[in-house]
Amino acid sequence: MSEAVLLVEGLRTEFSTGDGPPAVAVQDLSFHVNRGETLCIVGESGCGKSLTALSVLRLLPRPYGRIGAGRVLLDGRNLVDLPEPEIRAIRGRAVSMIFQEPMTSLNPVLNIGRQIAETVMVHEGLPWPACMDRALEMLRLVRIPEPERRLHEYPHQLSGGMRQRVMIAMALACRPRVLLADEPTTALDVTIQAQILDLIRDLQRETGTAVVLITHDLGVVAEMADRVLVMYAGSKVEEGTAEEIFDTPSHPYTRGLMGAMPHLGGGHGTRLNEIPGVVPALTARPSGCAFAPRCSLATDKCRSEAPGLNNIGGSHLIACWEVNGGLPT
Amino acid sequence: MNTQSSILDVEDLVKHYSVGGGFFGYGRQQLKAVDRISFHIGERETLGLVGESGCGKSTVGKAVLRLVEPTAGRVALQGEEITGLDAASLLQRRKRMQVIFQDPYSSLNPRMTAGDIVQEPLINFGIGNRAEQQERVAALFARVGLRPDQRVNYPHEFSGGQRQRLGIARALALGPSLIIGDEPVSALDVSVQAQVINLMMELQQEFGLSYLFIAHDLGVVEHISHRVAVMYLGKIVEIAPREALFKAPRHPYTEALLAAVPVAHPRARRPRVVLKGDVPSPINPPPGCRFHTRCPIAVPRCRQEEPQMVIDAAGHGVACHLRVTPA
Repeated sequence: MSEAVLLVEGLRTEFSTGDGPPAVAVQDLSFHVNRGETLCIVGESGCGKSLTALSVLRLLPRPYGRIGAGRVLLDGRNLVDLPEPEIRAIRGRAVSMIFQEPMTSLNPVLNIGRQIAETVMVHEGLPWPACMDRALEMLRLVRIPEPERRLHEYPHQLSGGMRQRVMIAMALACRPRVLLADEPTTALDVTIQAQILDLIRDLQRETGTAVVLITHDLGVVAEMADRVLVMYAGSKVEEGTAEEIFDTPSHPYTRGLMGAMPHLGGGHGTRLNEIPGVVPALTARPSGCAFAPRCSLATDKCRSEAPGLNNIGGSHLIACWEVNGGLPT
Repeated sequence: MNTQSSILDVEDLVKHYSVGGGFFGYGRQQLKAVDRISFHIGERETLGLVGESGCGKSTVGKAVLRLVEPTAGRVALQGEEITGLDAASLLQRRKRMQVIFQDPYSSLNPRMTAGDIVQEPLINFGIGNRAEQQERVAALFARVGLRPDQRVNYPHEFSGGQRQRLGIARALALGPSLIIGDEPVSALDVSVQAQVINLMMELQQEFGLSYLFIAHDLGVVEHISHRVAVMYLGKIVEIAPREALFKAPRHPYTEALLAAVPVAHPRARRPRVVLKGDVPSPINPPPGCRFHTRCPIAVPRCRQEEPQMVIDAAGHGVACHLRVTPA
């Protein structure tokens, strides 16, 4: 095992709510990602997966959001208490991020060549022509056809898949150590999704960038992940290698998600596995295990006391009182 | 064509939009959103309609309901043609076909209570007196899994899944025989999506409903459909019973679409042929076969001559010069 490029320890992200105690969006979360590795963070909306990525780059909405506790170590350096100018030097250079909807992350009044070149100029201070050369090189790298012409086009002239390629080009222009990808293919059609996933995988192989891929889609996880972290209501409920998670999904929530998702070849007419109820609101987290109100295995203990993480073999961790080391049937 | 009784028959449906153009419309162009498509849906049958964004699948749903006026073609509901009906006669037919949209929030009036939303169609059609209507609303709430006390709540007080249940209750209020679902579960989280899919399948059994299920998620479509039609740039390129389409697809586009679906297990990862490029514009679509610009097996003939849909005895149809339906 190579050593971790990004190491997050005991992260707690909270939002002030006015009078009451702060709402905790991410609770005691620890994970790491190694060079050249893809870690997938999976969960439904409201589980805190996007806020985790925003916390790493300290992009939480101000003034309400803040990191309440924990450390974010990039090559051993803690990002949590860096002064603002230093964290700005890291964003887009050592750690960059791509979002679900590229149209809202691109500047509509600048051509894409300039947007990519600006990133290079800000971070590497190269002369402008050299920055534009890098922009062209990046467009080639992400396989945009006719890159010389596209350099001078504006975001609205590009298709959704093309825009996401531009985002990736911009994110990788300074050869980051870590790429945070937040639902990068969710807004795309399935054939375009396949193109983008292949592209991320190929570029990662060439550059050795560590990728943290945030998604709600277990299919994307199965395609991309080396390791998987399952989140529910702000906490890690299960973690393991992709094989461990897909061979023996163990937390009742992970198993519920797998059963709820119709997949090709899954047959017709059978009932899908339902997880009753909905994800609890940020301000109404149940005491004890947050999943207990929706869990068929829940006991009184689950409802009163939050379970810690247990190793159930290999690198497979779960947080559950009822399941230990495999599948009760 | 079909032996069992047909709920919906669509023949050569066309919907073109004029777009662009300058002063007095000089230089206007035709956007061929739906271009001569035909299909039928039997009783208690679900036809899945899949394709990528911009292929025209939502327009098909709207044109069938005459929410947009078809440019040409024929739509018949339970054997009775509804294209060409005047507004008053069409209104009566609307009782028998209802629609559920992708985003339940924007399709529910935010200033009406949930109970009023479900009762409104009954009032509009003058079905029953007030007490009977209230009773029917209560029954519908119970059936779709909403609590009776939620009748006084407003749409913003419901979660996404509950709003979709509300949309379903409204669609069921008039006892339709056909429900058109336009991406009804796409905006929902996986666990909630499963709840809504299960509900729709139960309701189909219970009320003998037919569905036109429009979606882009092939896993969901395989799960819920009896037959599936695949659209590309305004055309149906393949239509077949579910198993045939997913196990033995014939059109190269269907193959590519299935290959692009993420695997279900990390060990199933495989190198795959990924379609190059994007879907061309439906304004001036490519001549000949519309898929030829991205097709891995295209030959010169595909660029000139448009392939016709040929359907075999098993009901498996494909529009491709090279993958001709065996005689």
